[in-house]
Amino acid sequence: MRSHTDAPLPDADARALADAGSGTARGAVPETQFTLAWRHFKRDRLALAGGIFVLLLVLVAVLAPVLAPHDPAEQFAEGLTLDGLPVSSTLPESAQFPLGTDQNGRDLLSRIIYGARVSLTVGVLANVIAVTLGVLVGALAGYLGGWRGNSIMRFTDMMMAFPTLLLAIALVAVLRPSIWVIIFVIGAVYWTWIARIVYGAVRSLREREFVTAAVSMGAPTWRIVLRHLLPHLLPLVIVWASLGISTNVMLEASLSYLGIGVQPPTPSWGGMIQQGQSFYRAAPWLVIYPGLAIMLTILSFNLLGDGLRDALDPQQQRR
Amino acid sequence: MHPSRRPVTLRAIVLSILVSVVLAACGGGGASELGPADQGTSPPQATQPEPGGNPPSAGGDIPRGGTLTIAYKDDLATLDPAVGYDWTNWPAGKMVFDGLLDYDDTTNLQPRLAESMPEVSPDATVYTFRLRQGVIFHNGREVTADDVAYSITRVLDPQTKSPGSGFYTGIAGAQDFIDGKADSVSGIRVVDPRTIEFTLESPDVTFGNKMALNFAFIVPKEEVERLGENFGHNPVGTGPFLFREWIAGRQLTFERNPNYFFEGLPYLDQVVIQVGVEPEVALLRLERGEIDSMGDPIPAAEFARIKDDDAWQGRLTSAPQVSTIYITMNTQMKPFDNVQVRRAMNMAIDKERIIRLLGGRGTVANQILPPLMPGYDQDYQGYEYNPDQARQLLADAGYPNGFSTTMECIAVEPQPKLCESFQQDLSKIGVQVQVQTLAASTVIADGGTEGKVPLVWSGGLGWIQDYPDPDDFYTPILSCVAAVPGGWNWPWYCNQDLEQKAQQAIGTTDTEQRLGLYREIYRTLMDEAVWIPVYNGQYDIAHSDKLVGKETDFAHPEHTIRYERLAKQP
Amino acid sequence: MVAYLLRRLLFTVPVLIGISLITFVLIYFLPADPARMYAGPNASVDAVNRIRTQLGLDQPFYVQYGRYLERAVQGDLGYSYQLQMPVTQAILTRFPYTLQLTLAGIFVELLIGVPAGLLAASRRSTWLDGTSMVASLIGVSSPPFWLGLLMLYFFAFRLGLFPLGGAGSWQHLILPAVTAGLGGAGWYARMTRSSALEVLSADYVRTARSKGLAGGQVLRRHVLRNAINPIVTMVGMDIPWFIGGVVLIETVFAWPGIGRMMVDAILTDDVPLILGTVTFTAVLVVVSSIIIDIVQAMLDPRIRLR
Repeated sequence: MRSHTDAPLPDADARALADAGSGTARGAVPETQFTLAWRHFKRDRLALAGGIFVLLLVLVAVLAPVLAPHDPAEQFAEGLTLDGLPVSSTLPESAQFPLGTDQNGRDLLSRIIYGARVSLTVGVLANVIAVTLGVLVGALAGYLGGWRGNSIMRFTDMMMAFPTLLLAIALVAVLRPSIWVIIFVIGAVYWTWIARIVYGAVRSLREREFVTAAVSMGAPTWRIVLRHLLPHLLPLVIVWASLGISTNVMLEASLSYLGIGVQPPTPSWGGMIQQGQSFYRAAPWLVIYPGLAIMLTILSFNLLGDGLRDALDPQQQRR
Repeated sequence: MHPSRRPVTLRAIVLSILVSVVLAACGGGGASELGPADQGTSPPQATQPEPGGNPPSAGGDIPRGGTLTIAYKDDLATLDPAVGYDWTNWPAGKMVFDGLLDYDDTTNLQPRLAESMPEVSPDATVYTFRLRQGVIFHNGREVTADDVAYSITRVLDPQTKSPGSGFYTGIAGAQDFIDGKADSVSGIRVVDPRTIEFTLESPDVTFGNKMALNFAFIVPKEEVERLGENFGHNPVGTGPFLFREWIAGRQLTFERNPNYFFEGLPYLDQVVIQVGVEPEVALLRLERGEIDSMGDPIPAAEFARIKDDDAWQGRLTSAPQVSTIYITMNTQMKPFDNVQVRRAMNMAIDKERIIRLLGGRGTVANQILPPLMPGYDQDYQGYEYNPDQARQLLADAGYPNGFSTTMECIAVEPQPKLCESFQQDLSKIGVQVQVQTLAASTVIADGGTEGKVPLVWSGGLGWIQDYPDPDDFYTPILSCVAAVPGGWNWPWYCNQDLEQKAQQAIGTTDTEQRLGLYREIYRTLMDEAVWIPVYNGQYDIAHSDKLVGKETDFAHPEHTIRYERLAKQP
Repeated sequence: MVAYLLRRLLFTVPVLIGISLITFVLIYFLPADPARMYAGPNASVDAVNRIRTQLGLDQPFYVQYGRYLERAVQGDLGYSYQLQMPVTQAILTRFPYTLQLTLAGIFVELLIGVPAGLLAASRRSTWLDGTSMVASLIGVSSPPFWLGLLMLYFFAFRLGLFPLGGAGSWQHLILPAVTAGLGGAGWYARMTRSSALEVLSADYVRTARSKGLAGGQVLRRHVLRNAINPIVTMVGMDIPWFIGGVVLIETVFAWPGIGRMMVDAILTDDVPLILGTVTFTAVLVVVSSIIIDIVQAMLDPRIRLR
């Protein structure tokens, strides 16, 4: 369950990251920063590999109907042995099932391909919710400061006291599982970390001259937040967009594994493992392949996010 | 306590009671004569040395001693016989406690704590039991009629929150006691320290069966009061085993009761129930010889592997369940208000594939009653599997392009898998089903809510009857009475004609005539297609070759496992 | 120090109230009817209503919450329908297992993560560094339930080295602890590596090195000592993660902790048990963060008066 979001990211990190964008006094993010970052990123082979895999994954998800050899919901008569067991891919008669079949006699490869859609949809959309909420709350609290900012952050701390998975389980139990509920719940449990980091970043930005100047010129609050603070948070948001997706994919898989995730017959990798695990001795592929898909997806988003962080944060180049 | 943990077997238990009632009724002629010891079908007399028929194996050299270790997935909720009502604790309760009556190897009643079968008044309203002499509780005190009165009263007491209290509300004065209008139940009378008399509101030929249920097991008042809510975790009874230890979430230990009143029983020195063990793990431990038996059904994947394996010869015991597993269609919700649609649905399900998905454990069902149930209609063919004709029926009903609907299932394997199979079958006739896998209690709540859910898969939701009687597939789940909020008539189907026929059947003492009425009722219900009956279940138990016992000791219709009668070779 | 502690404790009161309120709101809206759960499915509507009154479920929301809070303060978290025992008792009998697994898991994390991180830092930019960092990322990216199932398949089923789940002996603990620790070890390795690198590039270390101190001595004297603080922070953040996250590992290995108990409770809609477990773990998080703050203050005088 843990991913970057749960890992301690010291305020210093966030500040450094936010500072990265504030090279000039006027508050606009300079073009050259991204150019520099790209140059740096290109040299990072691991990050590049992660990025390429992510692109491939998106392609697979989009082109699933073209790529999948079968309808993922089709239950083949020849997809089950006479005893009702899944068919192994190693048997000659199962050439039409490259990775074998699942407990319902469906083609496993097709289901894994379609499963990418669920993982990516949940990962991305939940992230949109979490990042939006987190940035808004964090920026607002950071900008307001004082007791108002403080009480917003107290509330955030309180939400953080709940172990994320347990809170997500409880929420899904109340709302009943569906893909939209899962997206909402994951967004709702993960915004706190982003709010925390954005808060730290904004607190340090606030002291900078371009903000104090805007304040002294009487610009309205929302304008300062929108025009001056948010653009500086962009690098931070990009990094989180990548790291957050890996976390969300993991959480979605975990909820589905516990049987309270995306509902059948929509293929979800975590759910495939949950349903397949009672066959893990007779048909270990039902557990191994979907798990590999989850692992590779999370790994590549992590690599990509790490690379982005290094690229966008010149002060943090420790490799 | 919980439906998901109270699987079909328990239902089979209650149904089997019904079987015995009907068989007994056949033998005895009149319903009111059932139960007394002089009945033709009644078991051997109380003087027999052992309960439950013959010794576990012929010859008499049954091994003694040893520990039986059995594994279950779920921890037991409680060992309080008034409260426990699930798969694991039903047989475990019988280790620690005894009832006045019990069953033999099949489903005939015989005395246990009672010295003999009860004396029954001709109108079957007064039952008088005489207690066996000198039976002592595990704490050393002798059992008296006061204990029986206390135990039954306790089940009725709302404070006990017994799920079985409904079985005993027919005792005179029970309702006043429940409502707080009386301090005791007037129909329970202690005649002398060894004699107790129950007076019923109205004739009930099944009262003897009710006295053999776990709820009616005898508990010592002083221990219940001393332990309070902890009694269920520190049970004290009269049974063949003494409760020793309960490590929550891990295991329970029971030891042989050296002073058991049936001389020679039990054979084992110790029974250990491991809990929190997944069925797959349990089976593997069993293969490795680490445990002696597993209590949960063998997972389909593993069953397929071992059923033809020579190493498992003689170590698998199978028994058919007296159960029907079905899909309900809500006849109040569109488009299931249309009988054509419901018939089309009945023709769209590939039931053979379901049996295959279950690893061959079960048989295709074509009607509401299971084959082992009196009243089962041998001549009825049911709906055939024919998707083309189903599509045609749908088109005739005005749905040439099908429709979308929702089905609820419980989230416990293998139910989601089966629901996905229905989903696929139905999509072939154009019906798009959204499957929701939920907690059992949620499914039950939704099924009992008007206009809430169109389709419910009953797998894993074996409901419990309030009374064992031939109409128990009708009154509790298909009658107008049950088509109420919180009821179990999930098709929400109410037919006044059937209602009258059922009334008539309840008052009919002639068995053939009575079963004939039920056949008519169930044929009408199938014609109205309120359910899709899918399959009749089968129960398998796996055990080590060291365990000795008869088939009915491993898979008794009432007890499931009879720990007291199993023995282990060293 | 005492004042800091007091202030820290005082701040937890509104947090605790907030936690209880949030969980109560959540559970209040669960679809299943607790009275029906309590009574069992074949109880009459009358009986259910009676139990509803008895449990106070017909009272308005704030009254129910007030009662809940009042009892919670006295350590009474309600009565579990499913387990037939007080929720507090259920949690207390199961919690030692979760704690055991948590401690063992953190031990594995430290055992693998810290040496790997130090090694990677001292062999910076070599294949060793690269490999250990990629390996740690793979560990971090693997779903724990999947890792657990693989462990069970290979080490317990195929090789027969360990029991197939359950609890009882130290052998039972090894696979779940390693599974729990493997993912986290990746984090420790990365964290240790970066703080070690920070120290290694600091002026005083360079001085020490130029003075001819051997690599091993430098690591011990300076690097490890300076890396301890972030590691303690990390352990502090780990405890709540573990307690929440071992749900999955406990489920895979049938480990009888509170995580598995909660999953069972969800599957049976055992409302008081869900409510109690979530509240309990949240309180645990708050408490462990206080303890970590204190430990940190003791280790590093600079942050004492934050």
